[in-house]
Amino acid sequence: MKLFRLAAAAALAVATVGLSAAAANPSIENAVRARKAQMQLYAFNLGVIGAMAQGNATYDAATAQSAADNLVALASLSKTIQWPAGSHVGAAADTRALPALWENLDDFATKYAALGAGAAAMQAAAGGGLDGVKAAMGGLAGACSACHQSYRQPQ
Amino acid sequence: MKRLLAGLVTLAMVAAVAGYVLALPRPLPAAAFAGLSGDAERGGRLFHAGGCAGCHAAPGAEGEARLVLAGGREFATPFGRFLAPNISPDPAQGIGGWGLAEFGNALLRGVAPDGSHYYPAFPYTTYARMTLQDVADLKAYIDGLPASAVPSRPHVLGFPFSIRLGLGVWKRLYLDPSFVVEGPLSEAEARGRYLAEALAHCGECHTPRDALGGPDRGRWLAGGPNPSGEGRIPDITPARLRWSEGEIAAYLETGFTPEFDTAGGQMAEVVKSLALLPAGDRAAIAAYLKRVPSAP
Repeated sequence: MKLFRLAAAAALAVATVGLSAAAANPSIENAVRARKAQMQLYAFNLGVIGAMAQGNATYDAATAQSAADNLVALASLSKTIQWPAGSHVGAAADTRALPALWENLDDFATKYAALGAGAAAMQAAAGGGLDGVKAAMGGLAGACSACHQSYRQPQ
Repeated sequence: MKRLLAGLVTLAMVAAVAGYVLALPRPLPAAAFAGLSGDAERGGRLFHAGGCAGCHAAPGAEGEARLVLAGGREFATPFGRFLAPNISPDPAQGIGGWGLAEFGNALLRGVAPDGSHYYPAFPYTTYARMTLQDVADLKAYIDGLPASAVPSRPHVLGFPFSIRLGLGVWKRLYLDPSFVVEGPLSEAEARGRYLAEALAHCGECHTPRDALGGPDRGRWLAGGPNPSGEGRIPDITPARLRWSEGEIAAYLETGFTPEFDTAGGQMAEVVKSLALLPAGDRAAIAAYLKRVPSAP
């Protein structure tokens, strides 16, 4: 009886490992992980500037400039390898990217370019005073939101 | 046997008539709106608080184009596909020919000028809490917006949801103009309650729905499945939404969370509208959210 249970458990373990090996695709999983890390870096750098814009931190031109430079660098990363086909919610684990993104790749490219433009505007404004930072913040917010509105599933 | 049959037939007829009467639309009489005169400037604030453009502007409209209420956005739900109609002042394709009573009955009772029921994809269960003066002000504002001659497209619904009369019974169950959050409220909290429960229609997505699609008032704003798409809408009761009032107000203005993620999905449209309100209104909504009871 004990032997039977042991055998059943072993069979189950083999089946589970086999299943997850079939479902997991390292290149897709790594791409999802990489783009989430990119998002994390956007959020960190936006947070540095945003805290100043919202009055929660003292404006510092050099710090704002560094964060804005980072945003420009991040928005210039190639989007193609981090957004491979088959990495949408339902097909890949741990993502909220909607299949609609891959059905509208031209629009995704347009929105990605808009983020680059927003970051460039912030880069130009960041060192020049708090008013310019506040004004440029709106463009960045709109660019982030535009993509999340169309291509990210709620929680 | 014959008598029993006759009795059953009579009973069935009585039940049918009773059901029909229960299902009939119950518009307010035109006299309810007599003597009201709308203030378009006040109406503009109500328009943004109510998020009218979020559904009725054309798909993809931004900036000033969000004031052209041509309709056309699609909402895929478990009951079918709803298409937002043209509510611009165009007399033929929009609502330019409507009087205040027609407009008011649409918002407060979910009844169309021809006497038929609207589907609750149009959030009249929220707008039913508006004051009559606010209805008049909102109409005055919408009357001044640009007209669009784009025709409205019909909803795509299967049986039995295609039978509008059934909505009369639904309304008996769910069209409740009383406020959900009760208790002594500060002036700001009460203002926030009016903005959230009568205009911004937070509960339409953030409150879970029962099997008939009605809002579960006992789990107000406690989150649930996305009513028009995949995924879940978050619980924003104080137990789960731990942001400070200042952080909530900043989110409603900029779309940035305290971690500098951004609003997405339908919430991105909500932020576009709420960003146009005076700061005090967003602070009031934040104060209200802190008074919502957490779900059991």
